[in-house]
Amino acid sequence: MDEFKLQILALLKEDARKNSNIISTMLGVPQEKVDQAIKEMEEEKIIVKYAPVINWSKVDDSKVTAVIEVQITPERGRGFDAIAERIYLYPEVKTVYLMSGSYDLQVEIEGKTLKEVATFVSSKLSTLDAVLSTKTHFILKKYKQDGIIFEDHEEDHRMMVSP
Amino acid sequence: MGNEPRFEKESMKQYVTSKVQQIPPSGIRKFFDLVSSGSKNTISLGVGEPDFITPWHIREAAIYSLERGRTSYTPNAGLPELRNEISHYLHREFELDYDPDHEIVVSVGGSEVIDLALRTLINPGDEILIPQPCYVSYLPITSISGGVPVAVETTAENQFKLTAEALQQSITPNTKVLILCYPSNPTGAVMSYEDWLPIAKIVEENDLIVISDEIYAELTYERKHVSFATVPGMKDRTIIVSGFSKAFAMTGWRIGYTCGHPDLIAAMLKIHQYTIMCAPTMGQMAALEALQNGMQEKDKMVNSYNQRRRLIVEGFRSIGLDCHEPKGAFYAFPSIKSTGLSSSEFALQLLEEEEVAVVPGDAFGQGGEGFVRCSYATSEQQLTEAIQRIGRFVNQF
Repeated sequence: MDEFKLQILALLKEDARKNSNIISTMLGVPQEKVDQAIKEMEEEKIIVKYAPVINWSKVDDSKVTAVIEVQITPERGRGFDAIAERIYLYPEVKTVYLMSGSYDLQVEIEGKTLKEVATFVSSKLSTLDAVLSTKTHFILKKYKQDGIIFEDHEEDHRMMVSP
Repeated sequence: MGNEPRFEKESMKQYVTSKVQQIPPSGIRKFFDLVSSGSKNTISLGVGEPDFITPWHIREAAIYSLERGRTSYTPNAGLPELRNEISHYLHREFELDYDPDHEIVVSVGGSEVIDLALRTLINPGDEILIPQPCYVSYLPITSISGGVPVAVETTAENQFKLTAEALQQSITPNTKVLILCYPSNPTGAVMSYEDWLPIAKIVEENDLIVISDEIYAELTYERKHVSFATVPGMKDRTIIVSGFSKAFAMTGWRIGYTCGHPDLIAAMLKIHQYTIMCAPTMGQMAALEALQNGMQEKDKMVNSYNQRRRLIVEGFRSIGLDCHEPKGAFYAFPSIKSTGLSSSEFALQLLEEEEVAVVPGDAFGQGGEGFVRCSYATSEQQLTEAIQRIGRFVNQF
């Protein structure tokens, strides 16, 4: 991808609400070029969504998140994709990654209670024919997600005026 | 009031040397006191340091060095491996060649080097040429060292570059040293190789020594920095002042360095060894890490300054203030002459009415009047808000 689009992505990653007028000034290019590039990236699904990063633990302490290691048998002709789709279509499932190493899919599940998550794993996930085994790890605390530190203690200690 | 210290004598000022007494109070310091007592809502564009915290790998290296017990002195000139690394770095980035054993000394920030260099070079009455507006320490240190500071004018019309004409006019038989600071604090001006050539000619003809403060060398936005020492014939005549503060966001570590002819470096090392002994070991370890593994982070920071530079320049122009394009450092230096206010009045009223702090240009010496220094090393949101407030303020004139 060209440097120009990468620069736009970096700015939007930092603040998705940044408008194209400011982006164009910061990058020193005409606004139309920025608009065009953003439009292209939206159409190509490079930019998938403009969503805020939320620290849910501050909103609702009762939420439970688990990471589940899933071993599966790939399907003939379609590999892992078909079974991954069957899993990620559940709204309880927040992320699904195909992994290298000792398991195949990493699935993140969110529920209201421990029991709810456990039930989903035992009744929905483990019962899929292709699923060979599951290992459930509950997340206790999120410190950093997607490059963003939730509780950043590094404040600006600079003096207000200095030479 | 019971905690006020009590002194037996009302004043001890008569014991302070006349040289020190004669130094005028810093214009920046006065303003600092005022801003610091202001409200939380104040946006400060008065900060002369990066808004990044030192990259974590550098901090971590310093912590690790403490864990391993690296708490003793280093050689006076600095850790040999750090001097080696500085030598490689200068060669790689700026085409400069300095022998780490005899031509480089690690210092306590660039500030110490300015002091060392001036004390090393000045005999009583020597005239020191200082292009202005300039960094605040050159004049007082020159005076303390017994020299006579002589202003060389630079103007917005020439993008605050040093011109041969202005330089030539200021030279007398007593002229000994020229201080350069490009990229410039406070103007953001830079000098190209072509700009240097006529300056070098005058330096040669008049047998001058140059102290080149290149602390902002990494922060240039259109072309790579050209060190004055790379101009043919100028290396022996130039003492380079540099450091880690600006490039690697390491202001509080106080690690700088100087390079130059071995005779001059040896003389500066004499003062350094008796006054400082050596730069802090922990900081030197951090600096080593910065040079070995910090280039990528540094480039990211420079890119970010560049984006905000465009934002602030465009912002000032959009509210009707004349602003030459700064091509280095992280300062914009817009003219506020259109308001009819002096730069001090402008800064004070702006602080009072809109809670934005800028530094009045006259704090940076001759030629600074009519301008204010605005640091864009602050978040893009704050910059945008500050421009709006300044726009409202300027509108009433």
